[in-house]
Amino acid sequence: MSGGILIIGAGQSGMQIADTLREEGFDGAITLVGDESIPPYQRPPLSKAYLYGDADEESLQFRNEKFYADNRIELVLGDAIVGVELGKEGGAATTASGRQLKFDRMALAPGSVPRKLDIPGSNLDGVLYMRSIADARALKSRWSDAESVVVIGGGFIGLEVAAVARKAGKKVTVLEGADRMMARAVCPITSEFFKAAHERRGADIVLNARIDHFEGDGTRVTGVALQDGSVIAADIVMVGIGVLARTEVANLLGLELANGAILVDEFAQTSNPLIVAAGDAVMLPNPTGAEGLVRLESVQNAVDQAKTAAKTLIGKREVYRALPWFWSDQADLKLQIAGLSTGYDQTVLRGNPDQDAFSVLYYKNGRLLAIDCVNQVSDFMAAKRCLTSGQTIDPIAAADSSVALKTLITE
Amino acid sequence: MPQVTYILPDGSETTLEARDGDSVMETAVKNGVKGIVAECGGACSCATCHVFVDEAFADVVGGPGDLEDDMLDGAACDRRDTSRLSCQIKMCADFDGLRVEIAPKQV
Repeated sequence: MSGGILIIGAGQSGMQIADTLREEGFDGAITLVGDESIPPYQRPPLSKAYLYGDADEESLQFRNEKFYADNRIELVLGDAIVGVELGKEGGAATTASGRQLKFDRMALAPGSVPRKLDIPGSNLDGVLYMRSIADARALKSRWSDAESVVVIGGGFIGLEVAAVARKAGKKVTVLEGADRMMARAVCPITSEFFKAAHERRGADIVLNARIDHFEGDGTRVTGVALQDGSVIAADIVMVGIGVLARTEVANLLGLELANGAILVDEFAQTSNPLIVAAGDAVMLPNPTGAEGLVRLESVQNAVDQAKTAAKTLIGKREVYRALPWFWSDQADLKLQIAGLSTGYDQTVLRGNPDQDAFSVLYYKNGRLLAIDCVNQVSDFMAAKRCLTSGQTIDPIAAADSSVALKTLITE
Repeated sequence: MPQVTYILPDGSETTLEARDGDSVMETAVKNGVKGIVAECGGACSCATCHVFVDEAFADVVGGPGDLEDDMLDGAACDRRDTSRLSCQIKMCADFDGLRVEIAPKQV
C-alpha cells in the first residue's frame, strides 16, 4: 500500500468515487485525474440554466478547493493518461505532460463524448456539440448573435437546447432521424406530446429527417441541407445524436468491453480485479435485478454506481441495486422518468397531455416497470418510491388522476 | 457574504459563508456538509435536499413554489410547516444568519 487509488475521469462519477472513499474511511492517497482544466462540475445545467444565463461556471462546481484539500484528494487537471503499466499489485500511469502517477488500485470514470456527425461541412464554425464546459462556452459565445438555431437530434439534449433557444426568441428547427422524438427513452405517447408541445412553443420539428451536408460561407455554417434538396438556414447547428463511451484507458489496460463500453459486474469491477469502473462509459448488469446488461447515461447512475465502485475498491463489496431515474427540463416542461421501461406490454395514461400535465405508467405482466411524468412531480415521487421498494400500482386504478398515486401503492 | 448555519441530524452545527446567489443546498454540498444529498444538483427534481427552516426565518425566506410543494409531499421525511428544498433557497444579504435543520432522511 503505497500508491493509493488513482481515479481516471473527474466528472460526476469520478468525484463521487473520491468522496465515498473518504466517507467510508479510506485513508490512503487519492488522485483524481481529468483532462478538462477545471475541477469537477455539474453537466446537466450546461444545456439549461447555464445556457439561459441563470447559472455561472463557479456555481456549477461540485465542491470548493477547501473540500479537496481537507479530504486530501489530489486533483490532476488538464492532463490525460497516455500510458499505464500494471502488475499484480498496482502500477503507474503516465500523463500527457509526463507525470508518473503510481497506484495500488484504479477506478475508471471516463464518461462519454458526443457522437460526431461526419458529413461534408462538419468542420464549419458554428457546428457545435453539448457535453463539456468547453462545448457550452462555444455555444454561449455564439448565442446572442444567432437568429436561427438548427438542432440535430430530438433527444434530451437537443430538445433542452431547442427550448432555451425558443425562450430566447430564436428561430428553431429540430431535425430528428427517427419517426418520433426521444424514441430510445420514452413511449410514443410521450414522444408525440413533446413534438406537439415544442411546436406549440414555436419550434419546427422535422421527423425522418435525412441530412445531406452543411452549407457554409467558407468559414461559418449557414444552413443544413437535407437529401430532399431543401436547405434550412442556421447561424448555429447543435448536434445531439448520442454519446460514445470513452474507452481509451480501458483499451490501454486490455479490459473487456461490451457494446463499446467498459464491462463491469454487479460490484462495478472490471475484468481486472484491481480496477473498478462507473458512470456513462460502463456496461453493467441491470441494477433493477432484471436480466441483461444495460448502459445508463444518467446522474443517478453516475452517483450510485460510483458509491458501489468505491466500496468495492476498499473491500466493502455490495451488489449494486438502484432504481434508474432521469430528468429533462425543457422550457416549462419537466420530464421525469423512473424505472426502465424496456420490455413493457401495457401503458396507462394518467392526466391530460393537452394541459401539459400527465404521466404514462409502463407495465409488464400487470406489474409497474417505469413511469414518465410531465409536470407531475407527485406522480413521479410516488412511483419512484413504489418501484424502489419493489411494489406496484394497479393499472386500472392508476388511470384515475383524481386519486393520488401514492395512495394506490400495493405489494 | 451571508452566513448560513446547518443543524445536522446528529444535532451538531456547521456555519458557512455563502456566495451571494448560491443556494443553501449548493453551499452545503460544495463544503462537503453531509446529509444534503442533492441527487439532481439543484433542478428541483429529486427532493433529496430537504430542510426545515428555522421559525425565525420562515417569513423572510417564504414558502415553497407549486412544483417544490408537490416534491415536498413525496420527500423521504414527512414535511413540516417550514419544510423547503434547499436548492430553491438562494442566499442573499436578507438571509444572513439563516438556520436550517437538515431532514434526517433524504432518500
